[in-house]
This record gives sequence, C-alpha cells and structure tokens, in this order.
Amino acid sequence: MKILVCIAQAPDTTSKIAFTDNNTRFNEQGVTYIINPYDEWYALVRALELKESGAASEVHLVTVGNAGAEAVMRKALALGGDQAYRINTESHDTYVVAAQIAAFAKDKGYDLILAGKESIDYNNASVGATIAGVLDYNYIGFATSLNVEGGNVTVKREIEGGEETDTASLPLVVSCQKGMAEARIPNMRGIMAARTKPLNVVEPAATGALTEIVSYELPPAKTGVKLFTADQMDELVEALHSQAKVI
Amino acid sequence: MSVLVFVDHTQGSFKKKAFETVNYAAETARRTGGGEVVAVVLGTVSTEELNQLGQYGATKVLHLNDARLDNFNAKAYAKAITAAAQQSGAKVVIVSYNVSGKAVAGILAAKLNAGLVSGAIDYPATDNGFVVKKTVFSGKAFAFVKVNSDVKIISLVPNTFGVTRSEGSASIETLNADLSDADFGVKKVSEDVVKGEVPLSEAELVVSGGRGLKGPENWGILEDLGKALGATLACSRPVADAHWRPHHEHVGQTGGTIRPNLYIAVGISGAIQHLAGVNSSKTIVVINKDPEAPFFKAADYGVVGDAFEVVPKLTEAVKKFKASHN
Repeated sequence: MKILVCIAQAPDTTSKIAFTDNNTRFNEQGVTYIINPYDEWYALVRALELKESGAASEVHLVTVGNAGAEAVMRKALALGGDQAYRINTESHDTYVVAAQIAAFAKDKGYDLILAGKESIDYNNASVGATIAGVLDYNYIGFATSLNVEGGNVTVKREIEGGEETDTASLPLVVSCQKGMAEARIPNMRGIMAARTKPLNVVEPAATGALTEIVSYELPPAKTGVKLFTADQMDELVEALHSQAKVI
Repeated sequence: MSVLVFVDHTQGSFKKKAFETVNYAAETARRTGGGEVVAVVLGTVSTEELNQLGQYGATKVLHLNDARLDNFNAKAYAKAITAAAQQSGAKVVIVSYNVSGKAVAGILAAKLNAGLVSGAIDYPATDNGFVVKKTVFSGKAFAFVKVNSDVKIISLVPNTFGVTRSEGSASIETLNADLSDADFGVKKVSEDVVKGEVPLSEAELVVSGGRGLKGPENWGILEDLGKALGATLACSRPVADAHWRPHHEHVGQTGGTIRPNLYIAVGISGAIQHLAGVNSSKTIVVINKDPEAPFFKAADYGVVGDAFEVVPKLTEAVKKFKASHN
C-alpha cells in the first residue's frame, strides 16, 4: 500500500495576525511557519504508523508551495517519509492546490491520500475532498481513526453528535483530525536523515484559480470585559437577557 | 440567479440549522436578481417534511427518494447534488459549513469546476464581482473572497443568521441522478451517537469546563448549569486529554470550532489554541479565579471567583430567571 500525505505550511498558532498593502496581503514579518497541525499530528503520523506496522509499504509527502515551503518539508521529513515532493507554485485557492496534487498523484498508484481536515490559516477544509473529486476517488472527511488490515480499510469519522464507523474501498482520500494519532517529536536521527533526503521539485500543471482574496479585515476589538462578583449572578443573568440577548 | 441549497436530514427529519441554509439561499437569490431557490434533498424523507422547506424560502424541492442515500455518503451525495445543479441550472450552490456540507463542497468544486468560499459569514456582495466574507486564521480575521467561476459554491457557518419562518410553498420534483455501486465505495458499519443532546456544532448555548474544575467528579455543577440553561457541555483540550470528558466535547484549535450565541468558560485560562475554537461565539462569559487569566481579554462578561462558589449561584440565578419568564 502506497500512501501520499498532503502537507501545508501554516503560521504558528501564536503568530500575530496582521495585514499590509492596504489590507490585501497577510503580513509575514516575524511569522514562524510550522507544518499545519492537522497534516502533521494526524495525517503524517498515522501514515508513518501504518508503515511501521507493515500495513503500508511507502509514505510520500507532497506540498504545493514556493521555495519558502522547503523548511517545513524538512521538518516533516524529520518525522519520516520515503520521498518528498514540492509542486512549485503558490495559491490560496483550494481548487488550485487540490488540482495540483491530483495531477501529481494521478498516475502514481497511491492507494491512500491523507490530508489534515483543514489548514489553520485559511480554514477551507476542502483540499482532500477536491482531490477526491478530481480523481473520482472515494472520500471520507473528518476521520478520527484509520486502520488497515489485510488491505481492508476501516475509518471512524465525526458525525453530528458522535462518530460513524465506515469501511472503504481503495483508492481513498481521508481528511484527518484529532484521535487519529498522537503528536510526535522528531528525534536526532530523523533530523539528520531529513537533511540528506531528496526534496523533489515538480513543475505545476496548468490550472487557473477560481477564487481570489481581495482584502482582509480584523475583527473589532472587544470593548472590554464587564465584571460581576459571585453575589451578582442575578445581574449577570439580566445582562445576558437584556443586553446580550442570548437567553 | 437560481440558487441550489443542499439540505441535509437525520433519519428523514430536518434540523433547525438546515433551515438557516434555506433562508440564506433565498436571500442570496433575492440579492442576485431573483430566481428559483431550489432545495436538494437526498434519501427517504416524507412529503410533509419536504413541504416545510417552502416556509423557509425554497421555491422548488428536488428530491431523490433513494434509500441508499438515507445515510450520508460524500461521493454519492456529491454526484447527486452535481446532477441537481445541472438539472436546475443553478449558478450558486449553498451548503452548511458542517461535517457533511464541508465534505461535499470540496467534491462539488471539482465536479462543477466551481470556486468555493468555505466558512461564509455574510451574503455575497455583487457590486464588484461576486464577493463573500469568510473567517480565516481560525476566527482571528476575515477575508473577502471573490469568486470568478461561472458556478459558485458557498458553505455557510451555522448560526450566522438564525432561522426565519414565513408563508410560502415549494413544488416538489424528482431529481434524476445516475448513481452506481461505484459511488458507494464507502459503507457505514455502525454509529455511536450521544442521544438526547444538542450536538455541540449546533448548540446555541454552551457551558465549557477546564482544568480549573480539578477533576471529572466535579462536573456535576456544570451539568446543573447546562441543564438550567438548556446548554450543551464542552471542555478544553487538557480535560479531554486527561479523559475527564469524552473527546467529542473538546473545543479549540485541534478540537471542534463552535460559534454559539453564548459560551460560558469555567476554569479555562484561555490559551490562544482554545480561543481559536470559540472566539467567534457571540457572547463569552468567563469564570476564573485568576484575574490575570488571558480569557478575560476575550470575554464580554466575567466573574473573578472560585468556580465551586460561582457556578451554583449562577445556576440558581438562571433557574430564578427562567421561572419568572415562563
């Protein structure tokens, strides 16, 4: 079984979110990029576990990004993975990102394609589904566990108010979230090995963006918290009723 | 222009949140020059249930009465919705930004070659192209996304506008979609659903607990408050990781993202990862004994005090309020 893991870089969770050029561009100054947590902790680590257990033979990593994305791919390779590919283009349009990965994966015989459930920057939650749509593969979104036994794939996925267990035939795309695997820290051997692993650069396929971000906006600052003491709970409830109008 | 809206159901009945997407589709149709508001419904649903959709703004219902679709299946659903978009000639497709809506939206984008705005929080503006406001950076900012494709897809964040019911009726027509066994490569084996509770993603009122509650045995005070309010319970990551509470209650960066009308956080310090999952809540109340807890900066109302003293008093005040307003 061959697995492809889709990796995106994302600003560290603690990054200050600010915009430049008249609010048309994300201000990258001082921003540290990390592997998108859903791609790393759940998709990549689960793929590596499947290889370690013998269920998978190869784990490949792919990202869509410019040369700046290489640092994050090195971090991903330090966790593991046999081959890494960077499709040399950049886009905020999920269709473009998905179509690029689909074009790359098309003839390579991947049985499983794993992606995080969403990126923590643009929160589109759709790259995995769109890859499945382009390739006409089966798709399971928001998976919390993934097991492979004798070529049979069992996936648990989130549904409203609980979980559903599914079996799926291959090829299959899965978007991964919490529950799938535990976070790992790369060890020194992995970090050293990642330095010399090839990071293959792939030229992009011809696709056009269907959307563009015209501008950004920050939410209005909170006006400040209104404090109550433990003996003013009637007043708090009244405020929730008449001011906030939520009860 | 004609607008298509995917209306999901649970065992043949619509949830209140599903009607919000129909309202949204109707208003989007109105703002884009009028046109049909077509609701697509898949699987076994009674005519009485389908008739309701007219009261929320649908002018037509396309129904595919196929028992294989009684349970959500991303690939088969996307194929049927694609057929509905073609049959109705819709230029805008609306789904909910929930687990099933998000799963089909990405596939539809590929099948309809349509630009997708995922997580919309406003109606499309059409004075300069087709532009929709959405949340980005986990609720820390907004982006205005222009869709340039002929067909456009919008997934709406639940609880953005609420639900309005009015007069109206919709014609019901049969959807023709050519589904084959290959579309059902994913098969449901079993499900495990917490019964009798409003799911977190749909809850308008949420009471959430953190490490400040010291242990799972102390959750009774939150359950009492939740019951008095009619709220759903949630928790922070350390609480779920320590198995004090089930994982589906975890909200935050790596857990669920919610947008209730009211979020009451008890004994949660408000780390940035937690805020990412809840900061779109309309009103936030923070109860914490540490006045320096960062959560107070993101709160609308706060109580500095011991949860074990404050929460029971709040529960009593809620009960008193409910008794006098019924």
